[in-house]
Amino acid sequence: MFGAAIIVFREVLEAALIIGIVAAATRGQPGRSRWLLAGVVAGIAASAVVASLTGQLANLADGAGQELFNAGVLGLAVVMLAWHNIWMSRHGRELARDAKQLGTDVASGRRAMSAMTLVVSLAVLREGSETALFLYGLFIGGDNARLAIPIGATLGLGLGAFAGFALYQGVLRIPAKWFFSATSGMILLLAAAMASQFARLLIQADLLPSLASPLWDTSWLLSNVSPLGSLLHVLIGYDAAPAGMQVAFYAATMILIATGMRQARTLQASSS
Amino acid sequence: MKDIAVGLAIALIALMSCQAAFAADHEVELAIRNNRFEPAELRVPAGQKVRLVVRNHDTAAEEFESHELNREKVIAAGASATIYIGPLSAGRYPFFGEFHESTARGAVVAE
Repeated sequence: MFGAAIIVFREVLEAALIIGIVAAATRGQPGRSRWLLAGVVAGIAASAVVASLTGQLANLADGAGQELFNAGVLGLAVVMLAWHNIWMSRHGRELARDAKQLGTDVASGRRAMSAMTLVVSLAVLREGSETALFLYGLFIGGDNARLAIPIGATLGLGLGAFAGFALYQGVLRIPAKWFFSATSGMILLLAAAMASQFARLLIQADLLPSLASPLWDTSWLLSNVSPLGSLLHVLIGYDAAPAGMQVAFYAATMILIATGMRQARTLQASSS
Repeated sequence: MKDIAVGLAIALIALMSCQAAFAADHEVELAIRNNRFEPAELRVPAGQKVRLVVRNHDTAAEEFESHELNREKVIAAGASATIYIGPLSAGRYPFFGEFHESTARGAVVAE
């Protein structure tokens, strides 16, 4: 039972932390909870489909199908996070100022929200399909304690969801003056972290050179498996032994998004 | 934003087209049977990229994972998967099956 709980917790944690950050960053947007819930539901539905197709997926593209698919999921999420952050640099302050009487274009706000819905469903999809495969394996594995599986899974799910909720509550406590900068910063780091994973997958599939494998190794200081290491892995993309290419993708994503945000702010300043 | 999207698209196309340029030179096979890896120890040459082919003979999916190799991949029941590793410096790199961690353990030894 605890084995199932731990693995489900590990998988759920990553998605839950991402949802926590996204929920905080979209605070005050109309219909936010409904949008995010829709993202979770769509992600769960897609997980089941992807889990059942895992075998076929793996055989595509000379055995690189799974990496390409996951890299595509991550790449799309990075683009959505980037777009949201750049859009928020332009409109976020107005939104925060008069959250109720939206001076901004409502349709454009809806687009920004749907981008974040997609981010949520992609995060759920990535972790959910692995969880589904694992639980299915336990069931057909004929483990003697079948009742323990759903109990363990529920326990892991609950703990993971709680961690995401705790992060959300923590972020909400950031003073209003810093709130916008803090959530934009977290989204930026999240996007860079995903870009680094994107590169890792393509190296694993031999579609990208690693440049240096690894560029450094700090596993003696903080390993990927330690609780803090795995938390930082999700939040800021910490990797104890990253390939050079991962670091390059991480830095490039940060620079591109930050530049886009700065330009959007300049545009806003000159138009108002 | 458009620039970023265009840039990413170009990068992706470039990646796909250079697939052939990075062909690996060494291949090793690994099997999963009864939630165990066979063989439990794989010897590979150091300093070379290695193509690891993992075949899962079980009825349950497994996730090949190694922190030391910085790799992780789900392998469906009855399926096989290709994972590129290295080039590695000489040493021992443990791996495990995340879904059956108590039994599915092994290591890559680069020498």
